[in-house]
Amino acid sequence: MRLTKRHLWTGIGGLGVLGVGLAVAAWIVYEPEIPKVPRPDPRMFSSETIKRGEQLATAGDCIVCHTADNGPAFAGSRPLATPFGVLYSNNITPDEQTGIGNWSAAAFRRAVKFGVGRDGTHLYPALPYEHFIRVKDDDLDAIYAFLMTREAVSKIAPPNELLPGLGIRQSLAGWKLLFLHDSREVVDEARSTEWNRGKYLVDGLAHCGACHTPRNLLGGEEWGREFGGGVAEGWNAPPLDKSNPSAARWDVETLVKYLSTGTDTAHSTAAGPMGPVTEGLSRLNKADVHAIAVYIDSVMHPDRTGSPVVNAEPEGVDDKATGSEAAALFQGACAGCHDPASPMAVRGRPPLSGTSDLNSNDPRNAVQAVLQGIKAPVGSNAPYMPSFADNLTDRQIADLLDYARTRFTQNQPWAELERTVHGIRKENQQ
Amino acid sequence: MTLSIVVNGKDHEVASDPDTPLLYVLRDELELNGAKYGCGLGQCGACTVHIENKAVFSCLTPVGAIGDRWVRTLEGLGSIDSPSILQKAFQDEQAAQCGYCIAGMIMRAQALLEKNPKPTDDEIREHMQPNLCRCGTHSRILRAIRRASDVMSKEG
Repeated sequence: MRLTKRHLWTGIGGLGVLGVGLAVAAWIVYEPEIPKVPRPDPRMFSSETIKRGEQLATAGDCIVCHTADNGPAFAGSRPLATPFGVLYSNNITPDEQTGIGNWSAAAFRRAVKFGVGRDGTHLYPALPYEHFIRVKDDDLDAIYAFLMTREAVSKIAPPNELLPGLGIRQSLAGWKLLFLHDSREVVDEARSTEWNRGKYLVDGLAHCGACHTPRNLLGGEEWGREFGGGVAEGWNAPPLDKSNPSAARWDVETLVKYLSTGTDTAHSTAAGPMGPVTEGLSRLNKADVHAIAVYIDSVMHPDRTGSPVVNAEPEGVDDKATGSEAAALFQGACAGCHDPASPMAVRGRPPLSGTSDLNSNDPRNAVQAVLQGIKAPVGSNAPYMPSFADNLTDRQIADLLDYARTRFTQNQPWAELERTVHGIRKENQQ
Repeated sequence: MTLSIVVNGKDHEVASDPDTPLLYVLRDELELNGAKYGCGLGQCGACTVHIENKAVFSCLTPVGAIGDRWVRTLEGLGSIDSPSILQKAFQDEQAAQCGYCIAGMIMRAQALLEKNPKPTDDEIREHMQPNLCRCGTHSRILRAIRRASDVMSKEG
């Protein structure tokens, strides 16, 4: 083929477009390094600022993801299972080599709000910067003061184990273009100061939507479906809007009790990843917990009138089921705690008739409660449920749950329950 | 109606109702008194036995749920004259004070060592979490499990 002028111009033009494209991409991806600073002297922070930072970090529950099991606080290395592989959290103690000791407050703010490390690398959105972008700089500076006055721990996180092709951090810049929106909180003058405080905490630091909002295939929170319910670590994070299956039974008072103690007798005990969340909130000041409850209550009940519904526990036993295999299983495995007359009731064990898991149309959380058990999230006197995974077969768990749902709630039986139990058991073993 | 269950390799016919906790059947009908009644609510672990190599609370397992899965109790590991490696390690470390929790402790630990003969100290602690001891011999119990693990890996 002869090389004509036209070919040449097309070629140059094509290269030009490609070049401009690459330049734009590089400009999007590029984030400058923020120079190291000497580790701040802890005495430069006032005790009021540190205390405020401690409460804000508690609202953000930083410690849960940034602490390994039995590991030192905030030193990272906790494995976080995501649909894209396992990520290990970073060390956020003020250690200079392995933590954030040499980070300036500006570098810290950029990392938390925009997911960019001090050296300019993009951070994975397991750090919920989709939410933290809304946090006020002044609050982040208080958290910075709190973290910088913790004990420095030398600890390097293991390398991430991501699915092939997902280890390219530059691609996160594209993810942020799609899902990270610079949305500052706007005060709603028509609402109370407390409501606005609650919304600020829920949307920002507390990052409730990180689990309670459904995610799209790329792992971003779905637009327009805020609080529509999601999945976290194999448990359903129920919707927090009016589609919540137990919405009619929640109010501000019960939300406060649940969030700050891990249990409300009219509902249930926080299970799965919600357990550590309530443990964190048990250390948050009462005013902020109340504000969170006020805001969540308004989202759940946009047009509530009257008092919340209470599900009474049925008296007596369903005669049809008496003598059945399932009734015998319930009697031998569950009744010691869950029978309406059991002594556990006086310790605040929620009645089965009121538990959201048993009332939900999706059996997932009820199955998980039986398979994994429920650890007392707050304090040592809270209800605790052992795991029944090794005592009972899939079939027996399905029969038991079917029995409990029929006996304690007015809902339709769950379909294909044994298959669901089998599937969730397999998931848990992975 | 009688149920048949396999305990420590032997078939047994039991007369108890299917909703009876396995613990009561083991102690009252089969006179296997290793497993103890502690809380009856799956919170202390004194009643721990094995169903197919897995440690379970026998107080919360209805005997009717056993089916054809085999059960093993402390008596299935060894005897006074010929203790198992783990039982011997508990003796050598003098891991029992009052001894009430020990049968459950041994069964819980045995399940771990069968799955993972060389556990780390953290893995041992994590695995033993469900079982409680009120006397405070925890550090001896941990040492006994470590000793058994060392003996097993030398022999294996």
